[in-house]
Amino acid sequence: MNFEISKDPIDIQSVIDKVVQRNAGAITTFIGTVRELTKGKKTLYLIYEAYESMAVKKLEQIGAEIEERWPGAKVAITHRVGRLDITDIAVVIAVSTPHRADAYEANRHAIERIKEIVPIWKKEHWEDGEEWIGDQLEKVAYPTGKPEESDLNE
Amino acid sequence: MNKILFFAHLKDAVGEEFIQMDVSGKKVSEVKELIAKEYQLGKLESAMAAINEEFSSDDDLIQSGDEIAFIPPVSGG
Repeated sequence: MNFEISKDPIDIQSVIDKVVQRNAGAITTFIGTVRELTKGKKTLYLIYEAYESMAVKKLEQIGAEIEERWPGAKVAITHRVGRLDITDIAVVIAVSTPHRADAYEANRHAIERIKEIVPIWKKEHWEDGEEWIGDQLEKVAYPTGKPEESDLNE
Repeated sequence: MNKILFFAHLKDAVGEEFIQMDVSGKKVSEVKELIAKEYQLGKLESAMAAINEEFSSDDDLIQSGDEIAFIPPVSGG
């Protein structure tokens, strides 16, 4: 259960505990939090939604990518769903590796991949409206109907 | 029969989390066209499709019993 979608607040320590290992010289922890201002616009709260069964599989895929690219790495990721207020924790990623440089790099890889391949969406609620983020901004388009191979398999 | 799931703005537009429809034998691209017309979803083209929880291509064929999901560009993290 190193990769989870949670309806409840995330306990940071429990995610870290999952990657503790005797061969680790470092554990890096990434904590993603809900920001109030985006380009000057004030967010009141967010709703995160997931295709939960597939999201767990894709988080596992990210873990497998990391273990292959950074030998000896252990990974745990928990992503929250539901309503989140400003400063709430949306995602916690813990990575342990024998040496510190790898722990930083592998953790960065995990959050960037989450933003590419894990089916989770956020809906921003502002004072004057609400919007699902992703499609409307058209920051990412999939002209072939799916992410390119380079997106899916690094 | 196939279960077809919608998420984020697509779910809001369709008004359902999923529908049941027999689309076996059709290509993913054909299902997209069908659904886009039925529910007047202009932006379905920018969505990915997944078959049984794995990303699929427009040319993949749907089998009976497959679970299909339309996945708008993701925004987790």
